[in-house]
Amino acid sequence: MSEYMTIDGIPVEINGEKNVLELIRKVGIELPTFCYHSELSIYGACRMCMVENERGGLEAACSTPPRAGMNIRTNTERLRRYRKTILELLLANHCRDCTTCENNGSCKLQSLARRFHIDGVRFPDGERIKHAKDESSLSITCDASKCILCGDCVRMCNEIQNVGAIDFAHRGSKMLISTAFGVPMAESPCVGCGQCAAVCPTGAIVVKNNIAEVWKALDDPTVKTTVQIAPAVRVAVGKELGIGDGENALGKIIAALRRMGFDEVYDTSTGADLTVLEETEEFLHRIENGEKLPLITSCCPAWINYCEKKHPDLLKNVSTCRSPMQMLASLLREQSKLSSRRMYHVAVMPCTAKKFEAARDEFKNDGMPNVDAVLTTQELIRMIRESGIVFNELEPEAVDMPFGSVSGAGIIFGVTGGVTEAVLRRVVSDKSRTGLLSLARMGQRGSSGVKEFTVPYGDRELKIAVVSGLANAESVLKRVNNGEHFDLIEVMACPGGCVAGGGQPFVPVERRAKRSEGLYTADRVSSIRRSEENPLMFSLYNGILKGRVHELLHVDYCKGGEN
Amino acid sequence: MHKMNANFDYAEVERILSAHAYDPHAIISILQEIQEIYRYLPRGVFPYIADKLRVSEARIYSVATFYENFSLEPKGRYVIKVCDGTACHVRGSIPILERLRSELGLSEEKKTTDDLNFTLETVSCLGACGLAPVLTVNDVVHPAMTPDKASQLIKQIKEEIAND
Repeated sequence: MSEYMTIDGIPVEINGEKNVLELIRKVGIELPTFCYHSELSIYGACRMCMVENERGGLEAACSTPPRAGMNIRTNTERLRRYRKTILELLLANHCRDCTTCENNGSCKLQSLARRFHIDGVRFPDGERIKHAKDESSLSITCDASKCILCGDCVRMCNEIQNVGAIDFAHRGSKMLISTAFGVPMAESPCVGCGQCAAVCPTGAIVVKNNIAEVWKALDDPTVKTTVQIAPAVRVAVGKELGIGDGENALGKIIAALRRMGFDEVYDTSTGADLTVLEETEEFLHRIENGEKLPLITSCCPAWINYCEKKHPDLLKNVSTCRSPMQMLASLLREQSKLSSRRMYHVAVMPCTAKKFEAARDEFKNDGMPNVDAVLTTQELIRMIRESGIVFNELEPEAVDMPFGSVSGAGIIFGVTGGVTEAVLRRVVSDKSRTGLLSLARMGQRGSSGVKEFTVPYGDRELKIAVVSGLANAESVLKRVNNGEHFDLIEVMACPGGCVAGGGQPFVPVERRAKRSEGLYTADRVSSIRRSEENPLMFSLYNGILKGRVHELLHVDYCKGGEN
Repeated sequence: MHKMNANFDYAEVERILSAHAYDPHAIISILQEIQEIYRYLPRGVFPYIADKLRVSEARIYSVATFYENFSLEPKGRYVIKVCDGTACHVRGSIPILERLRSELGLSEEKKTTDDLNFTLETVSCLGACGLAPVLTVNDVVHPAMTPDKASQLIKQIKEEIAND
């Protein structure tokens, strides 16, 4: 027998929903919330999701389980009044310089104030504590004066990422989100994943903005500007720029970047193809010698930071492959030595931690970084808007040669399980179409945070784990430390992989699958599906990379730790 | 990240942690016991407890700053708490507080003397309203205080310190 409850007079079937809020949203009512994210624990602090029950009582929908026969209203005179009051109280203690805020236009507080038509704040400004912005991190910028203490960032940092860089500190009117002892973010355990900025409803934690320096380089005629676009970027600009979310907009992005003035445009998937070849070779070498297993992937810079800070003993297991961004960048840098013009290289990434990776000493040549600036997808969108380019009217274009060809394997790097699948395509001996299809169903796909499966290899089975979210990584690493055997572990810090990176326009967890699907579609329609079949690889290994593979494509993070 | 202090003796902290079976739910009790030893919470213990309890240092800092009773600053040998609850307040706790501040050269911001002999704090209620106005010195209750009696008390303590 199905159980029903009534929402605004409509009978609704209860189907295992955790709370009334989920059920309300399922019937198409956008109940306002600040502190609710389905993947985080229930906090119940903001009180915006209050509903009225049949007895006139008020209940917070986020923390009330649905009961059969329950009868609630979500939009009454009283509730509207309460919601407005909550918003006014939040605004009374909040910096209201919306026009100059980094998050102007994508702020939940701003949009709910508009939605509930807040036409004035009745409460006096009072004494607002002056907070200095924390700009120490290369990945995020924190401004406590814009914080509404919803705690989303704290729960993200602790529960999903197991980083624990921030928490509430002090209490009452002095309460704020802080690192331990208020040390600058750059000195905290923060790994730069940017997931706190992704869930922050206001401009209190935002992605570090590097737009100005990129414009400057674009305007400098003595500089050659080159840019690479990461796989996950192409499927995340859609909603903001007037086409569907999850739609592959690579062609339009390339066109937009050329119009903005970039001399050469490349696809990071090319770098990913190199990563596949290098990482597979490393993997097979370690398997044959039975050493340093599991091999743990190294593409994700937030994961590298995490491993360095929390598991330095496991750094030897991390692949020595540079990330796809760095592989492509070092090739471009090498190539540019032939040219008289200085090259300024920009990487458009879904990721805030890439900003940190780009600044690492390991990826510098004579003190100059191979990647001069990393722009997140959010910043790219802003630059396109600033340029006045009408994105959805752009004619798609293709990337430049000589680094212009990519395989589908390189494209799926942007989704959790993608690196593993790309490597497996190279590892397994069955190179038929059916082989590809059955490989897709091994267990690496899907949005689950921990995926484990085995793949036959010769006379043995390879045990593989694919994890996203650093707390999930932690649970698998704990098993490794307890002696459990794995051959390969793919770690992506952001839940769901790069498609849900901290630098992407935010979508709630329920809508992320579209982006992953967008990348799998791009892979499916590629004429080249395996990295080793990318004709560019052959010419690279016989040209620029000859005798210099280690120097240009690998890195020793262990050494960095000792210095 | 704030590193652990190599010169700090963690044996006492370790004893307290193990007595609580390294239970992260016991953060408050653990901090209380640590504070009992050092009269405040030395910064160096934070990364140590965080590591042993497997919670973040930021979380422990959160607990330590939430409760008024925890101090992150070193406290004096003699901790004087002047009650400023309603009963004590109406019976004149403020003049007592002011006298103590001027005698000790302290203020609302500066709570501990440079020689680390005295710490002067206010508390909201000691639950001894019948004895108002009241203050405590290292948890010993002094009832029905006046500014003059407070001055006398300080003089006495200073003599004790001198004779030590």
